Amino acid sequence: MSTSAEQTSNGDLLLEMRGLRIEGQSEGGWQEIVKGVDVTLRRGEVLGLIGESGAGKSTIGIAGMGFARPGCRISGGTIVFDGMDLRAASDEQLRKLRGSRIAYVAQSAAASFNPAHKLIDQYTEAPIQHGIKGRAEAEKDAMDLYRRLRLPDPENIGFRYPHQVSGGQLQRAMTAMAMACRPDLIVFDEPTTALDVTTQIEVLAAIKDVVREFNTAAIYITHDLAVVAQMADRIMVLRYGDLVEEGNARDMLADPQQDYTRQLLSVRSYRKQEAPPDKSEVPLLEVRNVTASYGGTVKVLEDIDLKIGRGRTVAVVGESGSGKSTLARVITGLLPPSEGAVLFDGEELPASYKKRTRNQLRHAQMIYQMPDTALNPRQRISDIIGRPAGFYLGLAGEARETRVRELLEMIELDPDEFIDRFPGELSGGQKQRICIARALAAEPELIICDEVTSALDQLVAEEILKLLQRLQDDLGVTYLFITHDLATVRAISDEVVVMLQGKVVEHGGRQDIFTPPHHQYTDLLLSSVPEMDPDWLDNLLAERAARKARGEAVMESADQ
Amino acid sequence: MGNIWNHLKSAPPTAIFGLVVIAVYVFVAFFAPVLTPYGESEIVGAEYEPWGEGFVLGTDNLGRDMLTRLVYGARNTVGIAFATTCLAFLIGGAFGLLATAMGGWVDQILGRIVDVLMAIPTLIFALLILTILGTAIPVLIIVIAVLDSTRVFRLARAVSMNIVVLDFVEAARLRGEGTGWIILREVLPNSMPPLVAEFGLRFCFVFLFISSLSFLGLGLQPPTADWGSMVRDNATLITYGDITPLLPAGAIALLTIGVNFVVDWFLHKTSGLRDEH
Repeated sequence: MSTSAEQTSNGDLLLEMRGLRIEGQSEGGWQEIVKGVDVTLRRGEVLGLIGESGAGKSTIGIAGMGFARPGCRISGGTIVFDGMDLRAASDEQLRKLRGSRIAYVAQSAAASFNPAHKLIDQYTEAPIQHGIKGRAEAEKDAMDLYRRLRLPDPENIGFRYPHQVSGGQLQRAMTAMAMACRPDLIVFDEPTTALDVTTQIEVLAAIKDVVREFNTAAIYITHDLAVVAQMADRIMVLRYGDLVEEGNARDMLADPQQDYTRQLLSVRSYRKQEAPPDKSEVPLLEVRNVTASYGGTVKVLEDIDLKIGRGRTVAVVGESGSGKSTLARVITGLLPPSEGAVLFDGEELPASYKKRTRNQLRHAQMIYQMPDTALNPRQRISDIIGRPAGFYLGLAGEARETRVRELLEMIELDPDEFIDRFPGELSGGQKQRICIARALAAEPELIICDEVTSALDQLVAEEILKLLQRLQDDLGVTYLFITHDLATVRAISDEVVVMLQGKVVEHGGRQDIFTPPHHQYTDLLLSSVPEMDPDWLDNLLAERAARKARGEAVMESADQ
Repeated sequence: MGNIWNHLKSAPPTAIFGLVVIAVYVFVAFFAPVLTPYGESEIVGAEYEPWGEGFVLGTDNLGRDMLTRLVYGARNTVGIAFATTCLAFLIGGAFGLLATAMGGWVDQILGRIVDVLMAIPTLIFALLILTILGTAIPVLIIVIAVLDSTRVFRLARAVSMNIVVLDFVEAARLRGEGTGWIILREVLPNSMPPLVAEFGLRFCFVFLFISSLSFLGLGLQPPTADWGSMVRDNATLITYGDITPLLPAGAIALLTIGVNFVVDWFLHKTSGLRDEH
């Protein structure tokens, strides 16, 4: 915990924040969201800030640039960057600093690039603005950096518009942009959170190299301990705006001092007991030779065959664009397939949900990825959960309220406290629980879970997975689990279906899928999941390079 | 109640000014007969009497009391504008939401009808229809409401388009809910803030529209007191440097500003709430 204090005497100190306090505006006035945190950063050092949402990690990272988001204010402490007091600095001084000596890489590159300008025009803006380089020189420099960040076709990619390159490429282009003025410090705010695992590797490796090469100091903000283990020299674990633990990355991973850190470390270790195989002859759900497309001729799904047995959890895993969500849309009837059929309990379902009977609709319920948009913000919890109970099962008045209370208890929320609330008054995890209760209210046999944990913090996500598992044990529901997160698959599935470009490439029991030999693509997916070992990324890349050198086929991310 | 009071206390001065203006207008409109010394179309003196004894604001071109006419004008113009706006929102809002919820050809047909209506300049179209159908008050209300509902339709459709694609609406569809439920329970409550803000603005436009129609002679017919026609009737006085004809114009301007202040405040509040989520 005290390593930083000893190192502050070093002459290469770059950023020092002492007793940092930041307040955020809420309905009852100002509330402290960062409660006196000390941060020190030396030149060339990478500091990982880790914590769940609301821990204040982004707020602290941005404060390192002397900035507070609208609705926030820095209320106490000092921020000294390279001998300059940022809190006392004028706007003009800060403007000179930002972009040239301190840069920022945001979570969503797609939202942070201006869609109306070419990448290279946005790259050259900062160097020209700050008078560091001329246009021609800056362009040449851009191509050089694009090459270093391993972007394909570095001479020409800059002349594309943001929508013409993929998400992983865009994130690297944004990193290049941040490097444009060779800043002393870059703040990375969850730069890979929105990317697929296979793409994430490339971006992580590129960032790691380029930061090391230019000896740039970095603050790396993330909620994923395995990712930060690859990137950071030192890690600060934050919770509720307070420091939990700070230390050298390797030491902390090997020997965490605090319970909370230990919890974060063990978060991916949950495993379910395998459900007994379905003994009945007819599977609960059968997808037979389904081919589907959105209007055009490009097939999003091609000849999909799938059987799901009663009481089982089948995980469909794949990257974005693999067609896994489209499969859910076909099963629910939102997208009628061009060929093939969906059978429920041996009986063919009408292709469109509009033609299905109320009972057919009742049996397959859906839980969505974003609990924020899945709940009507203007309805009370009692109505949200009560409606399906009333709609399908005819419950009304007292019976309906009793049922809602029962469901709330099932999802471990206190009925008296929650029944009259609006969704806006709940946390993300609580909202997802309400979504589960709404699905259960219909008393379905099948629940389709579309990335239900990916918008949640890891600890919360694990609670949700455990809850889903308990409900399966109690009620015998069947889950179709759509996800890109292999840790979730490992935790909860009985069977795994691996999808790539609209086709099923592998289907088998969890054990079979996770033990070699795999299909080539499964191998790529599995090996790309970050592990807590700080050397994991380097080893993995070395191994892949070695295999390539030996002339073995190595599958690469489509995003490359 | 306490909640509303809290909102009012934190309101900026402009919004309070707007609220006071609206309250005064409503009060005046309600109690017009009590507040005025004479009858609405009663001729009480010579033409164009100056301000002073007996006639606080003088008399108009027919010798009617200006103050009385102004007060009744509030009742007529504001009342009709309010009724028209409500009707416009009923028509435009209902069809706009229906277009989004149904989609497909319903949306196409409704959209094209609105395009046709909007392609013709509103004032000229209104003049045409009113010339054909006459200028009875119900006709006036319906014609303006239909013309204005095209704008409401577009807004309601645009706002609800963004809501209808959200997961909770999809969840309701998959549950098997009918179009009525989806419009009334899922989409409408979530499109209220922009629609309410638009209501305020629309009200001003309708109000000005009726006044311009009256000024052109096709709005409210004499002897009904109306601010637009009052400006026209007494326009000659402007030549002599008398500001009396500008009073009804001022009354229109003041209400428009007041309503806009309140709308601004409301928009600010609702968009502020959106940031928090």
